[in-house]
Amino acid sequence: MKKEIFEPFNVSDNNFEQCVKCTICTVYCPVLEVNPDYPGPKQSGPDGERLRLKDASFYDEALKLCLNCKRCEVACPHGVKIGDIIQLARIKYSKKKPKVRDMILANTDIVGTMASTFAPIVNPIVALKPVRRIMDSVLKIDHHRIFPKYAGLRFESWYRRYAEKKQNDFKKHVSYFHGCYVNYNFPQLGKDLIKIMNACGYGVHLLEKEKCCGVALISNGLIKQATKQALHNVEAFKKSIVDKNMPVISTSSTCIFTIRDEYPHLLGIKNDEIRDESELATRFLYRLIDSGKLKLVFKKNYKKRIAYHTPCHMEKLGWSIYSTSLLRMIPGVDFMALESLCCGIAGTYGFKKENYETSQGVGKPLFEQIESSKADFVATDCETCKWQIEMSTSLKVQHPISILAEALDVEATMKLWNA
Amino acid sequence: MNKNNSKEYDVIIIGGGVTGAGTARDCAMRGLSVLLVERHDFATGATGRNHGLLHSGARYAVTDPESASECIKENMTLRRIANHCVEENNGLFVTLPEDDLAFQSQFVDACKTAGIGTEILDPDFARRLEPSVNPNLKGAVKVPDGSVDPFRLTMSNMLDAKIHGAELLTQHEVTDVICEQNRAIGVELFNHAKNEKVKYYAKIIVNAGGIWGHHIASLAGININMFPAKGSLLIFGHRVNKMVLNRCRKPANADILVPGDTICLIGTTSERVPYDQIDNMFVSQADVDVLIREGVKLSPSLATTRILRAYAGVRPLVAADNDPTGRNISRGIVLLDHQERDGLSGFITITGGKLMTYRLMAEEATNLVCKKLAVDKQCETAEKALPGSEKSDLSLDNATDKIYSGMSIAQKSAKDRHGTLAKNIAVGDSNDDSLVCECEGVSIGEVKYAIKELHVNNLIDLRRRTRVGMGTCQGELCACRAAGLLCESLEEPGEAKDDLANFLQERWKGMSPIAWGDTINEVQFTSWIYEGIYGLKPDNN
Ligand SMILES: Cc1cc2nc3c(=O)[nH]c(=O)nc-3n(C[C@H](O)[C@H](O)[C@H](O)COP(=O)(O)OP(=O)(O)OC[C@H]3O[C@@H](n4cnc5c(N)ncnc54)[C@H](O)[C@@H]3O)c2cc1C
Ligand code: SF4
Ligand code: SF4
Repeated sequence: MKKEIFEPFNVSDNNFEQCVKCTICTVYCPVLEVNPDYPGPKQSGPDGERLRLKDASFYDEALKLCLNCKRCEVACPHGVKIGDIIQLARIKYSKKKPKVRDMILANTDIVGTMASTFAPIVNPIVALKPVRRIMDSVLKIDHHRIFPKYAGLRFESWYRRYAEKKQNDFKKHVSYFHGCYVNYNFPQLGKDLIKIMNACGYGVHLLEKEKCCGVALISNGLIKQATKQALHNVEAFKKSIVDKNMPVISTSSTCIFTIRDEYPHLLGIKNDEIRDESELATRFLYRLIDSGKLKLVFKKNYKKRIAYHTPCHMEKLGWSIYSTSLLRMIPGVDFMALESLCCGIAGTYGFKKENYETSQGVGKPLFEQIESSKADFVATDCETCKWQIEMSTSLKVQHPISILAEALDVEATMKLWNA
Repeated sequence: MNKNNSKEYDVIIIGGGVTGAGTARDCAMRGLSVLLVERHDFATGATGRNHGLLHSGARYAVTDPESASECIKENMTLRRIANHCVEENNGLFVTLPEDDLAFQSQFVDACKTAGIGTEILDPDFARRLEPSVNPNLKGAVKVPDGSVDPFRLTMSNMLDAKIHGAELLTQHEVTDVICEQNRAIGVELFNHAKNEKVKYYAKIIVNAGGIWGHHIASLAGININMFPAKGSLLIFGHRVNKMVLNRCRKPANADILVPGDTICLIGTTSERVPYDQIDNMFVSQADVDVLIREGVKLSPSLATTRILRAYAGVRPLVAADNDPTGRNISRGIVLLDHQERDGLSGFITITGGKLMTYRLMAEEATNLVCKKLAVDKQCETAEKALPGSEKSDLSLDNATDKIYSGMSIAQKSAKDRHGTLAKNIAVGDSNDDSLVCECEGVSIGEVKYAIKELHVNNLIDLRRRTRVGMGTCQGELCACRAAGLLCESLEEPGEAKDDLANFLQERWKGMSPIAWGDTINEVQFTSWIYEGIYGLKPDNN
């Protein structure tokens, strides 16, 4: 069915002139609250854009302080794509070239490949205090940062070795976009997903050579490379979704948000054919359950108090409801929702020395809530939120999919759906 | 009350438009004692209600070669003496599919004759140079058009006149020209601020009243045949084009798109109106329709750009003296020596012309004044830069490199508005640096500077000096802040409230012809704030 497209008159790109100057966005910007050097969403977005159109020299390098959390967009009553306006302005006007450090942080996949190959060496080294000091002074990566550990056996290799063959035994199939984090740092999450999907009667397949979604490249201004990777991914998604009729699911809210929304908005890459069928695993599962096509059976003895943190991109997607609803289905879970606040890390942003203070300042109210939550652990859909929260609080963080995998009665569920 | 002033000036200039301002400057620079009187505020006549096009003259090259060569000469002069009022963005004359490409060569030849540099561009290149242009264009010619800000231009002439000793009175309306035996010797004025009558005397009275010059002359018993022609324009919310866009054909309706400061303007229409309607300008639905329909042909993206306001001005067109029907209209400069023409000495009229030929008009008028007063002094206005445009090593540039952004936006904007005079604006203290107007980047410091130095009596005057309230929100957020500052320095609280209501009413007037979509949302929001929260009533004024 062809969608009917309604094109209203007098609507500018990114709705920037739809702004009625109500200033609501400014109230919701987490950066503005802790860093007065940041002009805030209204001034950086719609107001600034107007001035930049008059004269490019109105571009202000302070725009790089934006976390791209898009909380302003969620708040705006007029649908102004404030975050997009700011990111596009950075792409178009910033004259500051990305530094070596930015390239290292941005190339999550290349660095990941190298690091995971040498994981036994890399992990202890980056954990050493003197090394972190050097990274701090030479690369301007803040020494407080604890680098995520690199796994020895990459998820992709594990999959090929141990999981791939079995997947064809199922009747239904999905593709899985695992992302850099699962591949290099935390393969367990990918394994958990396969466990659940298999129990539900779905075979899980990898895409044809997935590339890093490019979110870090975009935020570090490496647009050419980001575009190349995005084009590749859109093609790979098409092969799965259009050619094989297999939806693509992911466990990373940021990757999926980037592919669905940032590709068309910031890189100008069309993704209409794949967008609807690319989603988060929790949303995929919830919708199956909601339409009566699936039921999960949980273990009787699982008992945990879980505090859920809404990552910014989940807020923007409006999808945290799927993850939280799944968690609430687990009988032994004592669930609490933390107030939706930015944790401050914003991908590679918080790793940069100059942003460390802002980053921690932004996260502080969230950290305080977590400390007083009396939860056993925090649940969240975003890997960088996990690093930030684990570094800044005393609690551990788990992905909803891992929680489900642990609480799921695999045998019983399997019996229902693999008859 | 009747107050008589014994002091006699050399010249009294009636009218605070750009022509009056330029004449006051020129007269003062030649050492004359000058009084300028204006009934409202500076630039409230045609000067504040035009297109702001710094013509290269190309528009008139084919139809009016004399105006064309005047334009190109003054164009080059203004770039020199008024660079902070001028944007040198160049223009394109584009041939659209429905236009005749044959006109292009005739046009280029005529430009050459008038001394206007042209460059014929390949349509592909033109599209790259100016991406907003209609992509179906068949041809394009580049000319040295530009934009000129009429408020700044008028104000900096006024400032220079003042520096050279001229006295300036706003809110003083000429109610009579005092004559004695075939000689004009003074004017009777009504002071609107104090509600009183005053008289001033001078050796020469210069009528620079634009279209109102017709009425002013009649006060001296003289008839000038003027034909008011209304022109309407639309202001868009932001700049879609970097270069001025014109149609390469004989001048017609709505065929120029001018970028000016943060916005761009499509115009104009042209329609004769009865003289008794000149103080009653409104933009009709038909005007708006024509402007949008034609504008979109020049630049299709106008269809998706928010319209901020609509307004109309009156061109001061003068009929040739021997043609009472008014068909034989001159677009050029009209300088009338009423001693020769009507036998009334001490009275001259300078009108017609254009915004951008004001300096030449002022020079011609001042030459005549000097001749009558037997003063032998050369005109220097074409060489000496206006205040704000002097050459200097602007250390502001360095200051604005600072990352701290609130300030840099305000400072950059202030520099665009006031040129080198921006150095007089207080900065650095977090209060002075705070923004009053967020859309246009006007700081508290700038507002205070304007109130102190730039002849501001109320909020609407302040807008003309600083762009407060000219942005997308049309006063929604800045009006109350500015009103507060004005109240601190010159107004009584009750007065300030009326002033605020007046200002918002004036903003609404320009929005009402195009009040749909987001504009009506914005207006609604504004009225919640001012009527709902502040309890301002529409009958406050
Ligand atoms: C729609 C339109 C578009 C235009 N576009 C351009 C353009 O793009 N480029 C260009 O160069 N020119 C343009 N012009 C022409 C230009 O605006 C005018 O030629 C110029 O502004 C005239 O200035 P002025 O000072 O002679 O008259 P005005 O600006 O009209 O000044 C006359 C002043 O006299 C005052 N006054 C009247 N009666 C009295 C009284 N009794 N006592 C005291 N004061 C009084 C009025 O308040 C007014 O301020 C345009 C004009 C119009 C209408
Ligand atoms: S995206 Fe986030 S950090 Fe950036 S302006 Fe919006 S709310 Fe602020
Ligand atoms: S919330 Fe939206 S409409 Fe309100 S000021 Fe911000 S961008 Fe403008």
